[in-house]
Amino acid sequence: MDLTYTPEQNAFRAEVRSWLEAHVPKGKLEHYDATREGFEAHRAWEATLKSGDWGMVTWPKEYGGRGLDLIQWLIFEEEYYRAGAPGRVNQNGIFLLGPTLMEFGTHEQKQRFLPPMASGEEIWAQAWSEPQAGSDLAGVRATAVLEGDEYVLNGHKIWSSRAAFADWAFGLFRASGSERHKDMSLIFFPLDAPGVTRNPIRKINGHVGFAEIFLDNVRVPAFNRLGDEGQGWHICMATAGFERGLMLRSPARFQEAAAALAALWQRRKNTCDPALEGAVVRAHVNAESYALNIYQTASRLMAGAKIGAEASTNKIFWSEMDIHLHETALAILGAEAELVTPTGEHDWLDDYIFSLAGPIYAGSNEIQRNIIAERMLGLPR
Amino acid sequence: MDFTLSDEQQMFADTARTLLGDTCTPDHWHKLMEQGAAFDAARWAQIVENGFTALIVPEAAGGMGLGELDFALIAIEAGYVALPEPLVESAGIGAPLLASLAPDHPPFADPAAIIAVAPAINPVVANADIAAAIVIERDGHAFVATPDQVTLTPMESIDPFRRLFRITWDEANATDLGPADWGLALDRAAVFSAAMGLGLAQRAVDLAVGYAKDRNQFGKPIGSYQAVKHHLASAQTAIEFTRPMVLAAAAEVAHGDVQSRARASQAKIVALEAAEQAARASIQVHGAMGYSWEVDVHLFLKRALALKQSWGTPAFHTSRIATRVFSQPVGADQTFARENENA
Repeated sequence: MDLTYTPEQNAFRAEVRSWLEAHVPKGKLEHYDATREGFEAHRAWEATLKSGDWGMVTWPKEYGGRGLDLIQWLIFEEEYYRAGAPGRVNQNGIFLLGPTLMEFGTHEQKQRFLPPMASGEEIWAQAWSEPQAGSDLAGVRATAVLEGDEYVLNGHKIWSSRAAFADWAFGLFRASGSERHKDMSLIFFPLDAPGVTRNPIRKINGHVGFAEIFLDNVRVPAFNRLGDEGQGWHICMATAGFERGLMLRSPARFQEAAAALAALWQRRKNTCDPALEGAVVRAHVNAESYALNIYQTASRLMAGAKIGAEASTNKIFWSEMDIHLHETALAILGAEAELVTPTGEHDWLDDYIFSLAGPIYAGSNEIQRNIIAERMLGLPR
Repeated sequence: MDFTLSDEQQMFADTARTLLGDTCTPDHWHKLMEQGAAFDAARWAQIVENGFTALIVPEAAGGMGLGELDFALIAIEAGYVALPEPLVESAGIGAPLLASLAPDHPPFADPAAIIAVAPAINPVVANADIAAAIVIERDGHAFVATPDQVTLTPMESIDPFRRLFRITWDEANATDLGPADWGLALDRAAVFSAAMGLGLAQRAVDLAVGYAKDRNQFGKPIGSYQAVKHHLASAQTAIEFTRPMVLAAAAEVAHGDVQSRARASQAKIVALEAAEQAARASIQVHGAMGYSWEVDVHLFLKRALALKQSWGTPAFHTSRIATRVFSQPVGADQTFARENENA
């Protein structure tokens, strides 16, 4: 164990920092889920990132990445959040589908899909859930029928994050007449393909953060299927592992929020309950716990380990930590907490509202606890 | 940057797990409790034989001179078996403290010798009556005495395996070793208590998992019910986020800066919380059995309660973390920052 950065890692940090200082937009962009303009402003930022070759640093160079390791990725993320850079509008692509493509895709698929993903030219949504298949994802009914070298897709997807404005979606479909975990496939489809209808759904903060998608005889090439036919469930679980285990929520996000909370406390401590200091300190402790856990995971993966069911503990930890942190902020704000935040200021209120989604998306925390109990602890189903 | 253990560290931990697992079974606990004892000479001899008491004693005092991380791995295993003997107190805290002041002190000739430690922060001292030396804090100095040079009053702990004493003593009957690094002793104590807490927590969960698989109600193992599963999943989640904190805190103790002190405090807080949470979940999952003397879960609850408050209460440790948060830069690039680099 060596908890110091190498000179090369320090130099890398300095390089990231100086590039971000020169390029991060000065004003805050409108949220990518708020309007098409906000979405496109974030796409433009992705293009700027790509111009500096920072699109997705861990991917191989031939697929639009920089070929860096996971410790460098963590350093990049730390600097990214420290610089207050815009949220990654393509997170479903770069953090979820990307690593999955890397593991299950053919060379041709990686060449086709990864570079425009890294540059933000193609922004992705996830199309897994259906009205009758939420936590019980194996209940999906949308079908994919192979006709020649094309799939014909039919069905109804819902709660697809980013789908209101995104370009592509990766969906879970099943062979006609198949049941449960069998004969499912993961298939990509353009969200502007003939037969696709999308209806934006407003989140509790008013943003059109997700959409429902209707597919009516949508035809896509068989090339768009990831992995083997019938391997869809297995691939989805691997994607969920990346989502929960490592990539989706960087420790840096929570460390910066905890630092902002400490600063908020310093400014306001004379006007609120002194006992709140304990919660402010605890937010820092939680964020560090999470960071150390992720450094441990990154080191293990670099030594050849695979992400397992412990990814579910991550998802529970960061989602609960995020709520605690933001409810502490609202407690410090006191009677002003309900006031909608002026543009440009730290939006504790909206971040609190968003934190409440944490225990739901990426697999509800109840499902995560079942996974931990059954797969880590070996309790019976 | 590398957050993995070396093969040698892994081997030490495995050796400790096997040795303590074999020699500190529920049968051993029960036998000691029947005897009203909290020290097994045969087990202590095996612990000594395996070198665990010499691990972080400097070579100048005849030890192996390894680091706090190496010892923390052993302390985790000591927690896992609710070890009665003072391995952590003596070999992890007392011995390196005494060795830093008096490497030629007679107890270092015998690796089985117990070195008790009486810091100002604790009202009682463990195993003082069987110690070859008691290191006592007064005004920043360390004094050393033997049990016959002080007055010891036995105090009963709720943990049947903690042997505690109040100590009264006179400087005239002790040797003044001069100013000592009591801060370092406290950091080590916090980290090793945390490591024990991690072991306690995992054992409490493991006991409950075993019971929940066997115990049937409504025609099914109780472990198949989500209400039961979720108690244990929450406890395991706390454990997963405690372990890296404990390992990092141990690896950083030697820095002796505001960050390493805060890290030690963080580890102690989260680990003993995890231990208490796991023990209480385990009692709940065991139902009435969990509330009985016969089922051993209570040992883990009691040790967790003891370690949570000794060597600095949670409030004390929170204030040390607050010092770090409010006096040093915080944020995403500060996880492994050092005070001298920020100066």
